[in-house]
Amino acid sequence: MINRFKIPKFCIHKNDGRIMAKVSFTSALKRFYPDLEPKEVEAGTVREVLETIEEHYPGIKGYLLDERGRLREHVNIYIGERLVKDRKTLSDMLEAEDEVLIFQALSGG
Amino acid sequence: MMSEKSKLLIGTGKGLLVYERGDDGWNCLGDHFLGLPVSVAWVDEREGTWWAALAHRHWGQKLHRSADGGKSWEEVSVPTYPEDARLQNGKPATLRKIWVIAHGGDDRPGVLLMGTEPGALFRSENNGDSWELVESLWNHPSRKKQWFGAGRDQPYIHSIVVDPRDSSHYYIAVSCAGVFETMNDGQSWEVRNEGLRAAYLPNPEAEIGHDPHRMLACRSRPDVLWQQNHCGIYRSTNGGLQWEEVSDKDGFPAYGFALAVDNSNPERAWVIPAVSDEVRVAVDRALCVCRTEDGGQSWQEQRSGLPQSYCYDIVFRHSLDSDGNCLAFGSTTGNLYVSEDMGASWMQLSHNLPRINFVHFINIALDT
Repeated sequence: MINRFKIPKFCIHKNDGRIMAKVSFTSALKRFYPDLEPKEVEAGTVREVLETIEEHYPGIKGYLLDERGRLREHVNIYIGERLVKDRKTLSDMLEAEDEVLIFQALSGG
Repeated sequence: MMSEKSKLLIGTGKGLLVYERGDDGWNCLGDHFLGLPVSVAWVDEREGTWWAALAHRHWGQKLHRSADGGKSWEEVSVPTYPEDARLQNGKPATLRKIWVIAHGGDDRPGVLLMGTEPGALFRSENNGDSWELVESLWNHPSRKKQWFGAGRDQPYIHSIVVDPRDSSHYYIAVSCAGVFETMNDGQSWEVRNEGLRAAYLPNPEAEIGHDPHRMLACRSRPDVLWQQNHCGIYRSTNGGLQWEEVSDKDGFPAYGFALAVDNSNPERAWVIPAVSDEVRVAVDRALCVCRTEDGGQSWQEQRSGLPQSYCYDIVFRHSLDSDGNCLAFGSTTGNLYVSEDMGASWMQLSHNLPRINFVHFINIALDT
């Protein structure tokens, strides 16, 4: 059993004060962004993750968010094993070395 | 010397297919956007740009254009509703679907118009690089109180008719609201539903609330407008000031979605009847294209080459197109038909396609 000690957010930064998160993506997005690879990004919130990802892959935010900046209905983001709660403003906080997974709803047809 | 080669763009639930008329008939040249739903497949005849609107299941609405006849595609921005744009229920408006794209007139290169859901008209001045909401229509007093969706949660604009004599004069059709006309390039709008009957409304003669499934004009006589409406087939000979029902008196044809008109003959049009909304299959489970040669006073049934038993095909509003003597249509069950004799006889090009959303003829000029 993993005993995960919960560290308060204000002291989880790396030694240099940054929060780094590893972001990975559903393979479905590679169709539109063939160079898409997992990335380590500096970000304190999910929104900051997406802003940084957008710099690397221009336009990708439009695939993940609607024009109001909300997570699209069929897009989900996990932080670790937890689904993001704030789908409107993406304010969920990250902790050091969190793993962020961006994927889409599974559907057939 | 120049000649022309006909092609067909077929927008389906699983991609865009291209057919070409060769010496040996119609052949499929290939597909694009495999697996992705195509809501619009259209070519701007002015300079030949191909357009494909995609309705991704997960990733939203996307717009692609090709300047080289489909050899390469470029994704361009989709319209966005202004931050303060609200639906009738007060929720923020966001793009749900691209229904139709039209060019803004031969004298205005680069100008495009787009009809969307929730019901809005967008305009581009730069060949689709950016889009702006036509606010005069969005702010029309009827929108918040009298527009509503038909088979969809929100109303949508599916038909745009630009007057070839005057590019600042155009019509749009909304399901459900009806027909609107602007004479001043979208600065103001007049309702043009006089004569329509909306049997489902408490007041069938209400000014607004009609459901034109498809509206077209005869290009050589732009004051002659046609519409296949939820409640029948209508025609106007005075630019929409007055509509007259031209459904068959015995009720066939009456209901349906698809419509095609002859751009050189204002008396000629085609519809594909369906059983009304409760059932939505081909009438008597038999496919039939009806043609009028007398402005809708009478309709001929054209069935040669079309299935006549246990046929459940519906033909959507953008899935019938005409080009001179040629017609083509595609159905919800993936059947694709072409006629080269104005519908008198039909050839089946495929019965294995996905659901067909859009059929569009293009003529490619060739140096010979």
